[in-house]
Amino acid sequence: MKGLWRFPGGLRLAGAKGSSGDGPILPLAPPPRVYLPLRQHVGAPARPVVEVGQAVARGELVAEAGAFVSAAVHASIAGRVVEIGDHELPHPPGVAETCVVIAGEGGEEEARAEVPLDPDEATVETLRERVRAAGIVGLGGAAFPSAAKLKPSRPIHTLVINGVECEPYITCDDALMRHRPEAVIRGALVLLRLVAAERCLVAVEDNKPAAAAALREAVAALAARSPEPVPDIAVVEVPTRFPAGGEKQLVWTLTGRAVPRGGLPYEVGVVCLNAGTTAAVDAAVHDGRPLVSRVVTVTGPGIRRPGNFEVPLGTPVRHLLEAAGGTTAKAVELVMGGPMMGRRLETADTMVVKGTNCILVTPRPDIAPPRVMPCIRCGRCAAACPMNLLPQQLYWHARGRTFDKLEPYGLKDCIECGCCAVVCPSHIPLVSFFRYAKTELADRERRRHRAEESRARTDARNARLEQQRQEREARKAARKAARARPRSAPASDEAVEDTDAAPPRAAGGAS
Amino acid sequence: MKAHDPLRVDAAGAPYITPAPGVGRVMVLVVAALVPGIAAHVALFGWGLLVNITLAVAAALVFEALMLAIRGRPVVSFLADGSAVVTAVLLALCLPPMAPWWLPVTGAFIAIVGAKQLYGGLGYNPFNPAMAGYAVLLIAFPLELSTRTLPLALQQAPPDLAATIAYSLGGGGAAGLDAMTAATPLDRLRTGVGLGQAMAEIRAAPVFGALAGRGMEWVNLAFLAGGVVLVALRIISWHIPVSMLATLAAVAGIAHLAGPEHYADPLFHLLGGATMLGAFFIATDPVTAATTPAGKLVYGAGIGLLIYAIRAWGGYPDGVAFAVLLMGLTVPLLDTYLRPRIFGARRARVRDGS
Repeated sequence: MKGLWRFPGGLRLAGAKGSSGDGPILPLAPPPRVYLPLRQHVGAPARPVVEVGQAVARGELVAEAGAFVSAAVHASIAGRVVEIGDHELPHPPGVAETCVVIAGEGGEEEARAEVPLDPDEATVETLRERVRAAGIVGLGGAAFPSAAKLKPSRPIHTLVINGVECEPYITCDDALMRHRPEAVIRGALVLLRLVAAERCLVAVEDNKPAAAAALREAVAALAARSPEPVPDIAVVEVPTRFPAGGEKQLVWTLTGRAVPRGGLPYEVGVVCLNAGTTAAVDAAVHDGRPLVSRVVTVTGPGIRRPGNFEVPLGTPVRHLLEAAGGTTAKAVELVMGGPMMGRRLETADTMVVKGTNCILVTPRPDIAPPRVMPCIRCGRCAAACPMNLLPQQLYWHARGRTFDKLEPYGLKDCIECGCCAVVCPSHIPLVSFFRYAKTELADRERRRHRAEESRARTDARNARLEQQRQEREARKAARKAARARPRSAPASDEAVEDTDAAPPRAAGGAS
Repeated sequence: MKAHDPLRVDAAGAPYITPAPGVGRVMVLVVAALVPGIAAHVALFGWGLLVNITLAVAAALVFEALMLAIRGRPVVSFLADGSAVVTAVLLALCLPPMAPWWLPVTGAFIAIVGAKQLYGGLGYNPFNPAMAGYAVLLIAFPLELSTRTLPLALQQAPPDLAATIAYSLGGGGAAGLDAMTAATPLDRLRTGVGLGQAMAEIRAAPVFGALAGRGMEWVNLAFLAGGVVLVALRIISWHIPVSMLATLAAVAGIAHLAGPEHYADPLFHLLGGATMLGAFFIATDPVTAATTPAGKLVYGAGIGLLIYAIRAWGGYPDGVAFAVLLMGLTVPLLDTYLRPRIFGARRARVRDGS
């Protein structure tokens, strides 16, 4: 490993990429209906701009970005809006969100939402606005609106294109890099201009030699075509060790710079985008095509014909499973995402969203899960933790509900990669505990915030009442004095008025 | 939005991947790694150790099952974790090979009931159960515990297995035992030094071998081999054994250089007594040892230092048990203050309050 930095912890996982890996990217026929959630990304939900009954072309805007950290949503099939209502989202399970539901009407021709841009001619603002208008979010799974990353407030020295697909089973980025390497490289050029970085590193795990070769070829072809010197783009193979594709781990591996706790890569001069996201940027700029589809891996021992599919967003998972030949096992477990970090789907009726990289199908295990034993403090979790946390201590405090101890032990730094849970000989579902503790902490934070607000309101009210009371008393005292005065020395009207009007400053200040 | 209770099995989420070998398998590997040392001990010192192990394991399992039943815990799955077996074997390894039956049984009782189950069972005991059992026995029955068997090579007529069992079940008794017991090398060393004898003179006694105590040097080497396998398999981390052995060697080396006539050489300490057993199998007990990398280094160094101090200047010939127990006291402190730096943190945060 030359010129690279080794991140702490991590695991060497058995690869299971074979089943879905080698084939082409298969186009998926448009489903009869798509369900487009208005919140498929981190941040504020999008605002719908269509009405029920309205006909929409593929690529047409159906909801606009509601805030800086937000992303527009476009029709992924041509058809008619039949409903704008709540449907259950895949993440997190059980939570419903507003969706625009479009029923297809057969028209498959693509409506270009925007005119193609020449990335060398267009201004940086135009390009950034285009990425934003295309509704592009991080396609690696984090679903952070990409445009928000592309206006860093510090100088950027390195643009990192993340082709490190470190979860077992998932091959969607691998397929994309092998079959459409020029899209990734073209997108990288656009991004290089956008963030004004000196160099671009395209990182690929060393278990994907074909992808790395294809990308290198694309870079070479670009250099051969271009009359001017091309920007510095290097394809870097990084060791296959989970979670090498985690943003913080990857930035460390490539640059030896640690993203500060609670911070983002731009703080160390790096902007990092997933390879699929980069290809989507290319499509938005060169083709004027918004993000209406993505490559999804359908794989696992429970699926008949695993593969990578180009899937219109909002496609029901059930439709995708049928396209992959259906499931083989009777009792099927569905996981969205990879086996390490994915989430179980309660139902196949939920939909593919922008962050969906994989549908993993496994037969439900017919043996009971191993019994959870007490923590023996063996520290294997700590050795495996890529964030250098102490999961055994976090578990201790989460389990004992001593939540205030979780902050100094870095609960918020946990990236939920699952390494600790995999190595635990006591089979403690550590990540579940940490997710649970995180929501508990967030709950507490909210409650404390509310309590503080209401205390501030009460204090203000008490102060107001107190001041009114003192003013009343002062007036009463003044009137009393005024009544008393004529007996001793008659005062002028003016004097009485003065006393009455003067606020009881001294009294108020002393209270 | 309320989160799922993670303790409910059906709510346990990712990872969806084959789980790691369980606690039971870890314990099996630990016992397997002890086999070379046990074999060497039996070959060099006779059947006594095997009788001890059998009695201690049987007693530990009975006590563990009883306590689990009383505490309302699932007996079978907790017995199957193998931790009681490991505790019993480690305890038996510390006892004199020719011991009356009640010695391993009482030791197992103290270890399992007193030091483990009364504190909450697996994972909750603050002190190493095997060492707690041994230390209590050592204090309560100093005579029985210091009656060590000579190496077979120095015995006139070593007892066979049947005679050993009969001796043990007969409750001991000094008859016939005199010829096979003597002070251990560590014992002999401290008495000799106390009497002002020169090191060369002391080491000429028949209980000493080429490297350390006769017999025990090979037993230590066998435990070292088993321990190295455990480190290679990542069942234990290297931190504690390496720092403990390095510290012991360094302190012994300094003392030996300063006064070679009065202080034995480092090799003697490394291959004498319970050093290797302690370094790889006792000090590394996950439940009671420090858990952070830096904490483990300090913990191991502390044990190495204390072993030397007790051997050279303390009241007992060997110090592994007391060193481990004493350093056990420091574990909460070490775990709190020697935390690794969180990835991306500028400095480790020690503020905690626990």
